Amino acid sequence: MRITRMTAVVGAFALAMAAAACGGDDSGSGSGSTASGIVGKTASNKKLVVGTKADQPGLGLQTGGTYTGFDVEIAKIIAKGLGVPESGIEYKTTVSSNREPFIQQGQVDIVVATYTINDERKKVVNFGGPYYIAGQDLLVPAASTITGPEALAGKKVCSVSGSTPAKRIQTEYKDASLQQFDAYSKCVTALAGGQVDAVTTDDIILAGYAAQDQYAGKFKVVGKKFSEEPYGVGLKKDDVEGCNKINEILKAAAADGSYKAAWDTTLGKSGQAAPTLDVAKLTNCS
Amino acid sequence: MSADAVLYDHPGPKAKIRNAVLTAVFGVAALGLVYWIYRKFDEKGQWAAALWRPFTESSTWTDYILPGLWATLSAAAVAMVLSLIFGIVFSVGRLSDHWWLSVPSGVIVEFFRAVPLLLLMFFIFYGVPFITEAPMDPFWAVVIGLTLYNGSVLAEAFRAGIKSVPRGQSEAGYAIGMRKSQVMREILVPQAARAMLPVIVSQLVVLVKDTALGYIIGYSELLQDGVNTLAANFGNIVAAAIVAAIIYITVNASLTTFAGWLERRTRRQGKAPKVSGGPAPVAAVPAGGAGGA
Amino acid sequence: MDVFSDPTNIDVYVTGFLWILKLTAAGAVGALVIGVVLAAMRVSPVPVLRGFGTLWVNTFRNTPLTLIVFFCYFGLFSTLGLSLADDIDLNNYWLGVIGLAVYTAAFVCEAIRSGINTVPAGQAEAARAIGMSFFQTLTMVILPQAGRAVVAPLGSIFIALAKNATIVGTIGLAESSNAMKELINANGDAVIPIFLVFAGTFAIVLIPTGYAFGWLANRLAVKR
Repeated sequence: MRITRMTAVVGAFALAMAAAACGGDDSGSGSGSTASGIVGKTASNKKLVVGTKADQPGLGLQTGGTYTGFDVEIAKIIAKGLGVPESGIEYKTTVSSNREPFIQQGQVDIVVATYTINDERKKVVNFGGPYYIAGQDLLVPAASTITGPEALAGKKVCSVSGSTPAKRIQTEYKDASLQQFDAYSKCVTALAGGQVDAVTTDDIILAGYAAQDQYAGKFKVVGKKFSEEPYGVGLKKDDVEGCNKINEILKAAAADGSYKAAWDTTLGKSGQAAPTLDVAKLTNCS
Repeated sequence: MSADAVLYDHPGPKAKIRNAVLTAVFGVAALGLVYWIYRKFDEKGQWAAALWRPFTESSTWTDYILPGLWATLSAAAVAMVLSLIFGIVFSVGRLSDHWWLSVPSGVIVEFFRAVPLLLLMFFIFYGVPFITEAPMDPFWAVVIGLTLYNGSVLAEAFRAGIKSVPRGQSEAGYAIGMRKSQVMREILVPQAARAMLPVIVSQLVVLVKDTALGYIIGYSELLQDGVNTLAANFGNIVAAAIVAAIIYITVNASLTTFAGWLERRTRRQGKAPKVSGGPAPVAAVPAGGAGGA
Repeated sequence: MDVFSDPTNIDVYVTGFLWILKLTAAGAVGALVIGVVLAAMRVSPVPVLRGFGTLWVNTFRNTPLTLIVFFCYFGLFSTLGLSLADDIDLNNYWLGVIGLAVYTAAFVCEAIRSGINTVPAGQAEAARAIGMSFFQTLTMVILPQAGRAVVAPLGSIFIALAKNATIVGTIGLAESSNAMKELINANGDAVIPIFLVFAGTFAIVLIPTGYAFGWLANRLAVKR
């Protein structure tokens, strides 16, 4: 009797552990990169683990088993430059708050996830790029009269809680009332329902939502940036070699048109012309 | 007084009419409310076919919902096993005669019962790596958070259960020469576990629901995959949330049903101890299943 | 502890816990009222009422609170047009209170129901024998006795409610969990002291609350 009971407990435990192993099976895969940086790592195993957003249309969106968007295309360009075939790229969903831990812990090799370069973050990670200069902007209903952040007084603005755009509204545009959610998709739903008057974050993210089929023609991006958010490719702090390599790859991509193609097949579909990649600014590696 | 019917007489002709009237009035009011909600949702276009069509396609399930559900269930399964172990260890620890064992056990249990799980998970994911200087996998951050909280609640439930086992049981154990640890392991804990089954199960339901907090630290569970990511593709967040809620209700209701079956089974075999002083052991202990999100 | 020498950070901390306090207070009142009504429904002679009570309990007890609060915003407010205040924070506060109340009421109902089970059947039989109606039996004989038996479980539910109030942060209220997140984002090097202050505040308030309920439960317990 006793033996059977013990066996049952051990069995249940083993089963649970097996489940655990499946649940977290990717944790080991990034650890090999610690020593040599991404250049050495990709040269030896032809694999690249990319952290990207899963819920931002046009930038990083998980559709089925694949990821699509401008960030994803940039990641593909980098992978190609590192000699990694497209089949060797493994995508991992990151959210805004876990990007630094993911890089530091080696759960991903690089992060391409609407990742603004700033001094605070540079203390803990390294940044290739910027590959795009975004700016905080407003998404409003097509018929809205809001023309810029000055017109927000008394209006309801939505953003993601704890994000830089939310913070900026709180400190610089105090007359606006701020609604915060944990995801932009909720903000956009509230905008569609008329509970908020505007959604604010980087223009490129807003453009992605405005271009989605189900919201086509309903929203417009105001087009008046009131901040500068240079998007970078995050990687380990000590991987200067990898960082320089990424900048080289981006330079080449700007020259051979693959950067423009990345834009045109994703965010460019909404009609917006491709930005130019300013190669003079690729100076963040330290 | 387990039969509720003891509260009122068998209805006579007058009571039957009154009940029928109440039934009709309340039924109409409830139906009216449901219809009003339906109409309001309709006005806002929430029943639009485009919002619901994704759920008729198998790819929606295999790409978003099922992987999310699997992540939810696997985290819950591991956390269940670990919190049961945690609960047993710390309840026994708190009942120990050695103060150096009972005091720390008590402090740990009380602390983790009092801290919101949301804060706890957030800290485990962002704070603990500072101390250990090792990476923290989101999966384990969720599991550890769930274990510490639910394990502490279970520890208190077990402690109450162990105390509810009649003294004669442990005295009989000592009389035949068992040591204290043997009495605990062979006599008290097994009986307490059966007596506390309802509390344990309602706490496990809480645990399943609490996995939903994992999305805050980027663990791709049912809310992250099945609601946020899915809705980012189809723009149907309300519909997706309704589907997710139905899945949660189904999973948890099955868990409760299973527990009811298990309880009847152990009772039929006459293994459950008769707790002295009342037919309902649940009411005698702090309701464990009160917590959670 | 430098973080908490900055008055704006202190302000964030205080505001966070004030919201928790207000959410808990209003949520507890709402949950108690709804919970008692639900329990009465679940033991009533009218099948429809019993069914409604059961449905309520099984629905809300088995849904994550995060989703319930989500539905309060996107269902009640967004779709059904229930606007409770013009101010965003105040509106979210009341929506949060509704969410907490309907969720917690399911647990209160079950606690009271099991409390009713501790009242010996003879009590109800005696009440009926002297001609009391169902309503009279329940309110004058059963519930007062059951109430004493459920103090302890209600205490646990109340404490859970206070902690669950942090979940209202998901619809944007700047309560403690959001306050802690904000402070951690701004002071990445002080994660541990920040957590200890927030968690400690909950512990310092809630652990004695738990003991107080335990003491009260012992005092009020019906000796049988």
